[in-house]
Amino acid sequence: MRFAVIVFPGSNCDIDMFHAVKDELGAEAEYVWHDEESLDRFDGILLPGGFSYGDYLRTGAIAQFSHVMDGVKKAAEAGKPVLGVCNGFQILQEAGLLPGAMRRNESLKFICKQEALKVVNNETMFSSSYGKDEEIIIPIAHGAGNYYCDEETLKQLEEENRIIFRYKNNPNGSVSDIAGIMNAKGNVLGMMPHPERAVSELLGSADGLKLFQSIVKSWRENHVLSS
Amino acid sequence: MYKVKVFVTLKESVLDPQGTAVKGSLHRMEYNEVQDVRIGKYLELTIEDSVKDLDQAIREMCEKLLSNPVIEDYRYEVEEVVAQ
Repeated sequence: MRFAVIVFPGSNCDIDMFHAVKDELGAEAEYVWHDEESLDRFDGILLPGGFSYGDYLRTGAIAQFSHVMDGVKKAAEAGKPVLGVCNGFQILQEAGLLPGAMRRNESLKFICKQEALKVVNNETMFSSSYGKDEEIIIPIAHGAGNYYCDEETLKQLEEENRIIFRYKNNPNGSVSDIAGIMNAKGNVLGMMPHPERAVSELLGSADGLKLFQSIVKSWRENHVLSS
Repeated sequence: MYKVKVFVTLKESVLDPQGTAVKGSLHRMEYNEVQDVRIGKYLELTIEDSVKDLDQAIREMCEKLLSNPVIEDYRYEVEEVVAQ
């Protein structure tokens, strides 16, 4: 399975993401600069964290119009797994691939620490290697991770089981303790915590690795076994 | 030429943590009359006369990029600038 790690000017978790997928997961990975248009040669798309375009205007606002986002949208439509972490999540929201928006953290502080999450839905291509309601430790690092959506959207997310991760102790004020959500089709996940920073015990937690393993597992079930 | 002044603010229904912090500060300065503070953005655009439908263009710019309709409202003012 071949992953694209999208790099925007100001991305700063791209190397972590590349390391997680290539060295810890053992899949293929390639950096893709933001002005490339086609992502056809990839099986999965990863949008890393950071501060694309310096967070000018709003987090993710400028990045949504990068050339590469046409390719990301096309991959999402084609049903390929698309994962946006932190700033990557913010970009997916701005691009309209995921609902809601991020506000500044309630405390107005940039928060960087290990956070306990609950796997709310483990029947997705991103979470099938976790147990139902499993508690995992994944670090967060953000100043604007305070998830917001209106009540109607929240109801829809809940009814369709599209909330994948919830914070155990809400660190930033997010609506309904939301840490990660999925699109209706089930192939686009956005999350504020950084699974790519939790891929070996040396880093303090290896709980993030199962997320990447879930993606590969699902891809193999659909591609390798049938071919 | 047109000079367009765009004001972007968080929607009434969205809590503004920065505004709340500034209000607290103003209260500590004993301006206890201040009931609410909302922080927003101010953008100035200079647009050529050749634009086809100015209002429509501004609305599109505001809704697609300058503001995020999920959490923000916008309003704008237009001034016609005469070349000297």
